[in-house]
Amino acid sequence: MKPGRFTYHAPRTVADALAVLGEHAGDAKVLAGGQSLMPLLNFRVSEPGHLVDINRLPDLSEPVRTATGWHVPALVRQRAVERSAALSGAFPLLEAALHEVAHPQIRNRGTLCGSLAHADAAAELPTVVTALDGRLRIASPRGERTVAAEDFFVFHLTTALADDELLLGVDLDDLPAGTTTSFHEFAGRRGDFALAAVAGQATRDATGVVTRCRLVAAGVGSTPLRLRAAEEGLLGARLDDSALAAAARAAAHEARPTGDVHASAGYRRDLVATLTRRVLADIAAAVPTSVPTEELTHA
Amino acid sequence: MPDQDEPDWVDTVVNGVRHEEVVDARTTLADFLRGRLRLTGTHVGCEHGVCGACTVIVDGAAVRSCLMLAVQADGAVVETVESLTDDSASGELTPLQDAFSRHHAVQCGFCTSGFMMSTTAALREGPVTDEAQAREVLSGNICRCTGYTGMVAALLEVGSDDQH
Repeated sequence: MKPGRFTYHAPRTVADALAVLGEHAGDAKVLAGGQSLMPLLNFRVSEPGHLVDINRLPDLSEPVRTATGWHVPALVRQRAVERSAALSGAFPLLEAALHEVAHPQIRNRGTLCGSLAHADAAAELPTVVTALDGRLRIASPRGERTVAAEDFFVFHLTTALADDELLLGVDLDDLPAGTTTSFHEFAGRRGDFALAAVAGQATRDATGVVTRCRLVAAGVGSTPLRLRAAEEGLLGARLDDSALAAAARAAAHEARPTGDVHASAGYRRDLVATLTRRVLADIAAAVPTSVPTEELTHA
Repeated sequence: MPDQDEPDWVDTVVNGVRHEEVVDARTTLADFLRGRLRLTGTHVGCEHGVCGACTVIVDGAAVRSCLMLAVQADGAVVETVESLTDDSASGELTPLQDAFSRHHAVQCGFCTSGFMMSTTAALREGPVTDEAQAREVLSGNICRCTGYTGMVAALLEVGSDDQH
C-alpha cells in the first residue's frame, strides 16, 4: 500500500521542529530513520496529517562525550553506533544487541533514538537502553526534560513523549569498574523481533560478589521488563550455579509473556529462564574489567 | 492532481544523472525511481522493509527505498541496479552479476536487483571471505525461488576479489 496524504515539514532547527509539532500536536509524527514509521504509513496504520522530518536538523548525527558517559543524539544511525569504536567499547551491550536488530540495510537508516521512540516491547534497543539505565532528553516548547528509560516506556508502542515533544537523544553513563554485560536473544529468524531477549549488567567486587545488577527482558511484557526479583536475588551473591538457577527461576516467574502465533506464553517464559541463565553465565565467565575513560575518548 | 498547494521538490543525482522534480510528499523513493524516472529495475515487494527487493544505495549505504520518501533523497546521490553496467545494450555483466548467473543464484529474478545492491554495497565496505559473512550480507533480502546456496557461492567467488 501507499501512505495517505500528509504535509511534509523538514525543519532546520529544533525550535522550528518544536513549533511545527506544537502547531499540529496530535496530528503530526516525527520522522527520523523511518524504519518503523514508514511501514506504518505505507500500511496506513498511521495517517498523520503532518510529518516532521528531523533529518535536516544540525548537530544530532554524532555521539558526544559527556562528563559521565556518552550522549547519543536523535539522528545517530544504528550502523554508526555499531561502527563507533568508542561507543562499542564503552557499551558492548549496545553492539551485541545491534547484531540482532534487523539487517544492515535497516540499520543504515534506523536510529537508536527512533527505536526508543517507537517503543516496540519486543525490540532490542529499548531493552538495552533500559538495562544501561539510559536517560532520555526530551524537548518541547516548555523546555527540556530528562526521563529515565524505565519511566519512558509506558506500554506497547507508547512512551512518555507528549504529542508536542521531541526526543533529542539519550544519555548513557559509563559503567562502573568491575562491570560486565551480556545480551542473549531468541528469534524465529535472524533479524526478527525477539520472541524473548534478556540484557544484563552486573558489577562485582574483588571477591566476585555482585554489588550492582540489572536485568531487563524484551518480548515478555508490554514494555522492556525489569527482572527485579532476579536482580535482588543476585545482590550480595556470587555468580555460581545455584545463584544462576535461582535467578533464572525468578526471571521466568516475573516475566509477563502473552502467547501469540509465534510462541506460547509458556514457551516465552521458558526462554526468559534460559536466556537469563546464559546472560549470567557470560557475566560469571568474564573477567570484570573497566576500560579507562581516557582511552575510550580517543578510540 | 498534486496532494498539496506547496510543491515538494527533490533535487537528486540518480545513477550519475541529476533530476529536479516536483513530487508528492507521500511518494516513496521506490515509487519515484520506478514511476517518475522509469528505472524499473528497482522492485517493490512487501513495502514494509522486510523483503529487500527495493534496496538501492543512497549516499553509499544500502537502504530500503520503500522506507524512504522521495523528498528525503533531496541532495542525495542514489544508485540503482541500472547503474551496475555501463552499457546495458552490450549485455556485459559485472563480475557479481556474472557470478550470480553462473551459480544459478537467479530464478524468477524479482528479488535479484535488491540482492545486487545489497551485495554491491557490502563488497565496497570490505571483502566477503567466509560463508557466515556471506549469509549475513544476504540476510536482509528474501528470495522465494532458489534458496541461497547459489548466492553464497557467487558472493564468495567475487567477495575476495580486489577489484570490488
